[in-house]
Amino acid sequence: MTDLKFRTYTGVSKVVGPLMVLDGVEGIGYGEIAEITLPGGEVRIGQVLETTTTRAMVQVFRGTRDLDTELTQVRFRGEPMKISLSSDMLGRTFDGSARPIDGGGPVIPECIRDIYGAPVNPSAREHPRDSIQTGISSIDGMNTLVRGQKLPIFSGAGLPHNLLASQIARQAKVTGQAEKFAVVFAAMGITYEESAFFIREFEESGALERAVLFLNLADDPAIERTITPRLALTTAEFLAFDKGMHVLVVLTDITNYCEALREIAAAREEVPGRRGYPGYIYTDLASLFERAGRIRGREGSITQIPILTMPDDDITHPVPDLTGYITEGQIVLSRDLHMKGIYPPVDVLPCLSRLMQGGIGTGRTRADHAEVKNQLYSAYAKGIRLKSLVAVMGEEGLTTLDKLYIRFCERFENDFIRQASYEDRSFDDTLNLAWNLLSLLPMSELKRISTEFISKYYRGEEKA
Amino acid sequence: MEKKEKNDETEMSEEKNGVIIRVTGPVIEAEGMAGSRMYESVRVGIDGLIGEIIILEGDRATIQVYEETVGVTPGEPVVRTFLPLSVELGPGLVGTMYDGIQRPLQEILKKTGDMIERGSSAPALDRTKRYMFYPLTKAGDMVREGDRIGCVRESVSVNHYILVPPGVTGTLQSIAKKGEYVITDTIAVLDTGNEKKNLTMIQRWPVRDPRPVLERLDPIEPLMTGQRIIDTLFPLARGGTAAIPGPFGSGKTVVQQQLAKWVNADIIVYIGCGERGNEMADVLEQFPTLKDPRTGHSLSSRMVLIANTSNMPVAAREASVYTGITIAEYYRDMGYHVALMADSTSRWAEAMREISGRLEEMPGEEGYPAYLSSRLADFYERAGRVSLIGSGGHEGSISVIGAVSPPGGDFSEPVTQNTLRIVKVFWALDADLAYQRHFPAINWLMSYSLYSKTAGIWWEEHIGPDFIRMKQEMMEILQRENELEEIIRLVGPETLPESDRLLLLKAEIIRESYLMQYAFDEYDTFTGPEKQYRMLKAIFKFFEQAEHAIDTGIQVSELRGLPLIESFARMGTSSPEEEETLFNSIERNSETIRNMRAGL
Repeated sequence: MTDLKFRTYTGVSKVVGPLMVLDGVEGIGYGEIAEITLPGGEVRIGQVLETTTTRAMVQVFRGTRDLDTELTQVRFRGEPMKISLSSDMLGRTFDGSARPIDGGGPVIPECIRDIYGAPVNPSAREHPRDSIQTGISSIDGMNTLVRGQKLPIFSGAGLPHNLLASQIARQAKVTGQAEKFAVVFAAMGITYEESAFFIREFEESGALERAVLFLNLADDPAIERTITPRLALTTAEFLAFDKGMHVLVVLTDITNYCEALREIAAAREEVPGRRGYPGYIYTDLASLFERAGRIRGREGSITQIPILTMPDDDITHPVPDLTGYITEGQIVLSRDLHMKGIYPPVDVLPCLSRLMQGGIGTGRTRADHAEVKNQLYSAYAKGIRLKSLVAVMGEEGLTTLDKLYIRFCERFENDFIRQASYEDRSFDDTLNLAWNLLSLLPMSELKRISTEFISKYYRGEEKA
Repeated sequence: MEKKEKNDETEMSEEKNGVIIRVTGPVIEAEGMAGSRMYESVRVGIDGLIGEIIILEGDRATIQVYEETVGVTPGEPVVRTFLPLSVELGPGLVGTMYDGIQRPLQEILKKTGDMIERGSSAPALDRTKRYMFYPLTKAGDMVREGDRIGCVRESVSVNHYILVPPGVTGTLQSIAKKGEYVITDTIAVLDTGNEKKNLTMIQRWPVRDPRPVLERLDPIEPLMTGQRIIDTLFPLARGGTAAIPGPFGSGKTVVQQQLAKWVNADIIVYIGCGERGNEMADVLEQFPTLKDPRTGHSLSSRMVLIANTSNMPVAAREASVYTGITIAEYYRDMGYHVALMADSTSRWAEAMREISGRLEEMPGEEGYPAYLSSRLADFYERAGRVSLIGSGGHEGSISVIGAVSPPGGDFSEPVTQNTLRIVKVFWALDADLAYQRHFPAINWLMSYSLYSKTAGIWWEEHIGPDFIRMKQEMMEILQRENELEEIIRLVGPETLPESDRLLLLKAEIIRESYLMQYAFDEYDTFTGPEKQYRMLKAIFKFFEQAEHAIDTGIQVSELRGLPLIESFARMGTSSPEEEETLFNSIERNSETIRNMRAGL
């Protein structure tokens, strides 16, 4: 059987979009890798999407341009896509198919792994609880990131998501612990400039030597984007669970990834789901995002920050929508705040960190954290509601209390959310700042905070 | 049990095998399958992956495979099992976590390590554990299907009755004595007239068939959840069905977990269908440490967990809800009240869509298969309060709570709409409430419960006489608040008369002190019916006094300034010891409003 699998075929019967079809083949496994030699001698890699007794459909990762039907040679490798892994990959840069592009030699493998991995047994998972201090108040205070979490940034075209992601990567730490960390960066269809920005940021902060970069840029083949994140995540799993490192994985841009999936689905004439995306896009995204986490009894962890741009800032678009259903929360950027010149323009109301609850409180951040967060949310939401009221009918009808809320709302955006891109605030700084703002409101308004914390931290007038 | 005897895989001979001719994702086609039946379970390829026949055409079968199919090659064999996809039922279910096709995940972990490798398998029930068996019948007794012939202590909280399997009736020739047995031991021999049947503690049942019942009954008793907005305003009944749709981040999973923790059912079946691995890890870590308020033991001692996370194979996700409901039915047949949570049924529907897409079926709405609504109906119809087959006239129930994850939070999508046509309770989760961190984010204007009336009668009989009145008034206040807010948006708040301002204050107290409930607070997480009633009384006492005060010319702004207002928000979080003092002080302070003088 194995002999059959190494059979080489010459000529293909059909090429359409990113796909090619071979007839007269035998014993081709689903998902196995094909090496395609073009008439000009170039070798490309493809993967079997469908196989029957005599026919195989192959998607070609670097595109089908220049393929012909007569001379193209296809060799089936008899195994699924694999990647060579080694700790020496740290500090290296690869293309979207894991070929070195930094001038260095090939990776000498410590091991070779299937890039699709296997699902983690839910009973082997450890619930993530170590909060990460990113130094960014809108995240640390309101939506704390936890090691092993997958927390995407929902952004829009032209918003500073890259700046924010690089700030998180630079500042992220677990307080009081100096442990092995690494960054794995997967670029899918982002521009050269964006990728250069990340590399420069990593260089300046000294993170580059602890980073592995996989770059599929905007002018690289779209279909390759479907494997780039898997190469990155397989590397991350190796570094985390074999080498005991805490790995931060930045995946950008998930929207481009989904578009590549849609392209393949369209070429296969599949029944489209919403907005032409295939019906299995939830499962497919889950197979990426669920590779974040911790495993009981192993040291390392994988924390994911996928970045996606919402087409037309629409959070109900299938890509952000399905992502939000899989990930453990989301950081949403707002064009309004960005226009007001506030960085980071985090729109805290639709943001969420589902793992925050277990990562904050006594012994982790501070005992008052949960209640302060709830109060900030409730007060800010109220302030925003009042502001929209003012926009309609002016300030006349407002009570003194209403005005206090509006003032709170403005100070919240300007003092709490706004910070410099190199400003690194501790959890304490963030919470103290929060109390400064909450002290603008009368004590009786702090219904979500217990009297114990109020008497300890409240500095408003009413107390005096 | 004819099905069971054929289970033995050694019986299967080579010529009964088919050959794979096509592989596309989780769907494969095989030929040489003549004689196989729809929904028969098969083993696919050299790794023996578990699959199920979903289309038959001549000697060709289309099979959905419950495991990853990468590497599966045309020409590999398909081995028949002659059995429909079934679950194993018996002592040992409780406290175990299964995947969608009832593989015990903790056992698989021991066998294959942290990742679930393909083709891994382990028996669903522990064959080595010894249970103390107590016979409930004696030799010579006539027994029929559903009768309790014995009992084992499955966990500290659950007495597991050993039942005569459906379809079997006869005379007991022998029954095991009280003593320790493993589940495969023969514990009874039954003479059915035609044959002698050896009964063990294990039964098998095909997951897609409902287990038989004698009669279906109307749900009458409310299922208490300790969640105030649910129990008071939108109650669920024992044997009822509820749906919780909501966009992501609106707290579906937290509500589901709260219900799993606090609902007053005997057995909890929790299905994590296509959800997050970390969430399941949380459930696994948290639930065993949670003290069950009713039994005093850990919650996991009466819970069965099914975890088919989003990255686990999609076909097994499709099967997971059936696996769960079949286990629920089995415990119901013992006379228990079972509550089943499915989080999320949308993932299940999407799994159907994905498989349907691979089959190139003609799609219905939004790509979902045309049979979506009938599948949903079939599933929810397996809930209910029933009188059981078997002697003794026992009763049991299954209450089903399904989370729905509508894309973009849009309730007009097919899964939500088809679910709403079936379920009797609708808890609509609202993103805006969630953004304000008002949890549970159940929108009181959109939600409804068709069990309100029967539940109201129960409350009045068991808890307190004026419950229905207070509840109705509460709903009216909330409705009216919504209308007033429209007016305020148009003309501003200054034009409102004092009576309307009072109404806004009332609504605020109801929303922030009663409907809002903090799941992570030690005491607020659960409010029993007595305390709910006490809270309502305290609130309404204030409302009455406040109306009097307004009539005598006192301004609502003066009432707002009272320290009393603040204490409403502390009712939920107060401990049982503080409670009484707090309620008394609220009522005492409400009395004093009457004595306020305008302008003072």
